[in-house]
Parts: sequence; structure tokens; C-alpha cells
Amino acid sequence: MLEKKQKYSIFSIIKNSFSYHQNWQKAWRNPEPKKNYDAIIVGAGGHGLASAYYLASIHGIKNIAVIEKGWLGGGNTGRNTTIIRSNYLWDESASIYEHSLKLWENLSNELNFNVMFSQRGVLTIAHSEHELKEMSRRVNAIRLNGIDSEILNPSQIKRFVPIIDIDQKLRYPVMGGFLQKRGGTARHDAVAWGYARAADSYGVDIIQNCELHEIIHKKNKITGVVTSKGKINTKKLGVVVAGHSSVVADKIGIKLPIQSRPLQALVSEPIKPILDTVIMSNAVHMYISQSDKGEMVLGAGVDKYNSYGQKGSFPVTQHMIASAVELFPILSRLRMLRHWGGIVDTCPDASPIISKTEIEGLYFNCGWGTGGFKATPGSGHVFADLIAKDKPNSISKPFSIERFEKGKLIDEHGAAGVAH
Amino acid sequence: MLNIECPYCGFRDEIEFSCGGEAHISRPELNDKLSDKEWSEYLYSSYNPKGLFIERWVHSAGCRQWFNMVRNTVTNEIYEVYKIGSLPKTKEGLLAFKNNWRRKTKSELIDLKKKKNNGKK
Ligand SMILES: Cc1cc2nc3c(=O)[nH]c(=O)nc-3n(C[C@H](O)[C@H](O)[C@H](O)COP(=O)(O)OP(=O)(O)OC[C@H]3O[C@@H](n4cnc5c(N)ncnc54)[C@H](O)[C@@H]3O)c2cc1C
Ligand SMILES: [Zn+2]
Repeated sequence: MLEKKQKYSIFSIIKNSFSYHQNWQKAWRNPEPKKNYDAIIVGAGGHGLASAYYLASIHGIKNIAVIEKGWLGGGNTGRNTTIIRSNYLWDESASIYEHSLKLWENLSNELNFNVMFSQRGVLTIAHSEHELKEMSRRVNAIRLNGIDSEILNPSQIKRFVPIIDIDQKLRYPVMGGFLQKRGGTARHDAVAWGYARAADSYGVDIIQNCELHEIIHKKNKITGVVTSKGKINTKKLGVVVAGHSSVVADKIGIKLPIQSRPLQALVSEPIKPILDTVIMSNAVHMYISQSDKGEMVLGAGVDKYNSYGQKGSFPVTQHMIASAVELFPILSRLRMLRHWGGIVDTCPDASPIISKTEIEGLYFNCGWGTGGFKATPGSGHVFADLIAKDKPNSISKPFSIERFEKGKLIDEHGAAGVAH
Repeated sequence: MLNIECPYCGFRDEIEFSCGGEAHISRPELNDKLSDKEWSEYLYSSYNPKGLFIERWVHSAGCRQWFNMVRNTVTNEIYEVYKIGSLPKTKEGLLAFKNNWRRKTKSELIDLKKKKNNGKK
């Protein structure tokens, strides 16, 4: 029997303090797999968990398992630098990222879980005349799609980010920038946990330490999977495994246009608040924000060659730090606290694949590469719709895998910028 | 940092090199039999294995020559470097070459046949 979920609130905190916080209900169960499910999602990252949650909450498909080879949220979801924005260039991207941003704005409420979504703004800086012109063009396109976006001049930037140096004689002068005020950050783990808890409350089985080994299909229809916890039957299978998408696709002969690359990030020791927004620079090639704990969170571009080793190459780490210090010399004496890498699934046009496949009942959601955290709610929302109806909706349709045959690529290399 | 052996200059640090991605991709012959699917597989699809992989590298801050390399994409172990135009020789290299799904596509098979025939001449 499904136990009713406790509601998180100030009152429940007070109430539980009387028992020294020893009696909180578990946020989710740890079930063993059943024999049959109506749908199985592979990968308990944010996207997979969100897909399961919306399948259950919107489409009423509750007999679902999410199988995860490690622990939930241990992939890129728990490794990313959490930048959220929707200021992409093309209509197709604007539509999916803005759909996602709107869901973010009510997510903590909907999940009854504080995902610490903070709309502190995302500011991208231009360091040359050319970059600034290109930026204005982009801002105009973005505004035509009804998405907030504005150009700032150097003195406005200085007011917004006091620690920045706007001296025009620098090697990389700050000549302007564009700001999306509704952009910001969220707590990555909380997103995975919030969706997991909410999905679990509908009866979704989240099965950790359960790796997908084989996909079984008969007469071109999905019939089940073989996992490290045995065989499970299902007619619908949604694969949301980010950096491992090609590995899974290869098992059934699907040839994805994806390359797996490490993307690295690091945090410094915590310091007092000095930066209350997100700064990105494509020319200096880095992005930075400060976490609520005070750590400076920074990252740069992807590694130069394919890899599944979650550590990344040293020259990239060096470059990341050099760029941060170039832009903010104030950081030069900070010590590094932690450093890690995640394996991202990069696509030739820097846009995701949300798609049916040649096999009935098999769906892929991948290719988010370096920038999919911001899309977590929107991606899960439209992927659930695709799985439930076996038909893409107007938002997910352009992202079908057929776009590579038709030549209808959605080239977002420009908007993807440093990576995000 | 990888320590890469350029077939022309010897061992150098990774930062002197650039990676050109998957090696041994042959361009299908352009004719009206070529389907959009085959063309898109050539143009966009990638063999992206977790394990043994052959890729092209260029010694960009050195002799600027291209060459092939057999590498394990999990451990980063390098098994072999060899010149453009030749095929791998090590056990790992041969395995990486054979396992690639491209070796099973129509245009690749035709191409391999051609290569074999050329060798006989
Ligand atoms: C360092 C770094 C910084 C980033 N910064 C940002 C950012 O600032 N903003 C942004 O929008 N995006 C960012 N991203 C990208 C973002 O993290 C990803 O696009 C996003 O998290 C993908 O979510 P996911 O749920 O698809 O993947 P994941 O969280 O990786 O989930 C996939 C899951 O599938 C599981 N899995 C794989 N194979 C199997 C199998 N065979 N069987 C069972 N389970 C399997 C994995 O264990 C994993 O848990 C960043 C990524 C990295 C690595
Ligand atoms: Zn050389």
C-alpha cells in the first residue's frame, strides 16, 4: 500500500523538532522491480524522473519504473553548474526552453520541495564590437519570441556586478552584455529529489542500482528489458541516459549523432557574498556564479575528445581557472575545494533529440549536452506527452531524430555559447 | 594530461595536439541510389563507444601532420598510433576497427573491398 506523503511546511518542521527530527517519513521507497510495468524510464537523472512524474501526474500512467544504474541524481544532474535561462536564438529552442522556465517558476510549489530556484539573472558579456553587434541581433530575435532580454552598457554592468572591472584598456574589455533577469540557478540535487519524491507519491517505482543490459523487442515492438536485477516486461521504454545514450542505442543498432565528452566544473572554498548573479563570457570562455553556501561555482567548455571517464583532461581545468582569474582577478588567491566532470551527450547542432524510433514503443530523450539542466521540467513534460500519446506535440516535434535526415537542424551553437 | 606519441616527432603533451574525431569514415559515393538515411549517417551519426576507439589526431603545435590513434575512452590508455592511409595492427586496434557499426554499412563494405583490391595490384 502506498503511504500518503507527508507535507513539507514550516509546521511540519516545528512538529518534527519535538522528536529531534528522528521520525521524518522516507522521501521515497526503495522497491524491488515488479514483473510488468506500463512504462519504464531508463535513467534517474532529472529528466528521467521528471518524465516519470508527468506521466503519472498528467497522463495517469502510474504503473511505471525508473531504473537507474547508480544512484538517483548521480549523473549530470548532480554535477552541473545549474544555470537556467531561456534566451535561445531559434523559435524551436525558445519554445522548449521557455516552456521549461515557466515550469521552473512554480516548481517548488508543485513538488512541495524547495528546489531553491533563484531568478538572480544571467548576464552574458561582450568583449568586442563584433560580439556586441551579434548580441543585439540575438536580443532582438529573443524579444520577438516574447522572452525577456535586455542589453546593458558597461556602466549598467558595473552597477549590476560591482566586482567587475570595466576599464576599456584591459585585454578583454567589458563592452556590454545581455541580461535575462528571469534566468538564474537552482539546487541541482533538490530537483532530482523533488521529482523523485513526487513521482514516488504516485506509486512510481524508482529502482536504483539497476542497470539496463538489453532491450527486448519482437516484431519491431518493445516487449521488455533485461537489467542487472533481472527481466522486466513493458511495452513502452523511454531512454534518458545522457552521456550513455550511444551505449544504449548501440545495443539495438540505432545510430545516434551523439558524441560523449567530459564537461568539468569546480567550486572554490566558501567566501562572503560577492556575486549575486550568473556571469558568462564566450570570448574569455567561462561562466561563474556563487552558491548560497558562498562557494564560487565555475566551469568552461567541454573536453576536446570523447571520453566516458568522469574526470576530464587537465589542460581544460587549467584553462577554466585562468579564464576566471582573467575576468575576476579578485579570485586569484582562492583555493579550490572540489573539482569533477560529467559525461555530456553533445549533438552536431547543439540541440536535443526528443524522439520516437523505428521500434514501436521505444523513445529517446538525449543530446542535451552541456545545457540540459535548465530544460529538466520542460523536457520531462514533453517527453511524458510523447510516451503517453505516441505522438510528438508542437514543442517536441522539431527535435525528432529525423531532422538529421531532412537537414532541418536547429543550430544553437551561438546561443549555447561557452556551453550553457 | 595525455602523453601522445606523434609518429613523426615522438612523445609530446596533449596540449600540442587537436583531436579530429572518429577515423576511417569513408564518404559514400554520391549517386541517386544513396538514401537520405545513409547520407545522414555519414554526415552526422557517430560511432561513440565506451571502450576501444580509433580517432584522428593532428599535431597542431608541432609538425602539423595528421595520424590515427587507438584509445580506450574509459581509461584513456593509448594502444597504437599509426599513419593516415594504413590500418591498425594491434589486437585492440583491430577490435576497435571491426566493432564500429560503420564497418557493416553498405558503402563502407564497398569501400573496404576497393581498398583490398588496390592492395593486390
Ligand atoms: C560540469 C557540468 C556542468 C553543467 N552545467 C549546466 C548548466 O549550468 N546549465 C544547464 O542547463 N546544464 C548544464 N549541464 C548539463 C546538464 O547537467 C545535463 O544536460 C542534464 O543534467 C542531463 O540530465 P539527464 O537527466 O538527462 O542526465 P543524468 O543526470 O546524467 O541522468 C542520466 C542517468 O542515466 C543513468 N544511466 C546511464 N546508463 C544507464 C543504464 N544502462 N541503465 C540504467 N541507468 C543508466 C546514469 O547513471 C544517470 O544517472 C552541465 C553538465 C555538466 C557535466
Ligand atoms: Zn609531430
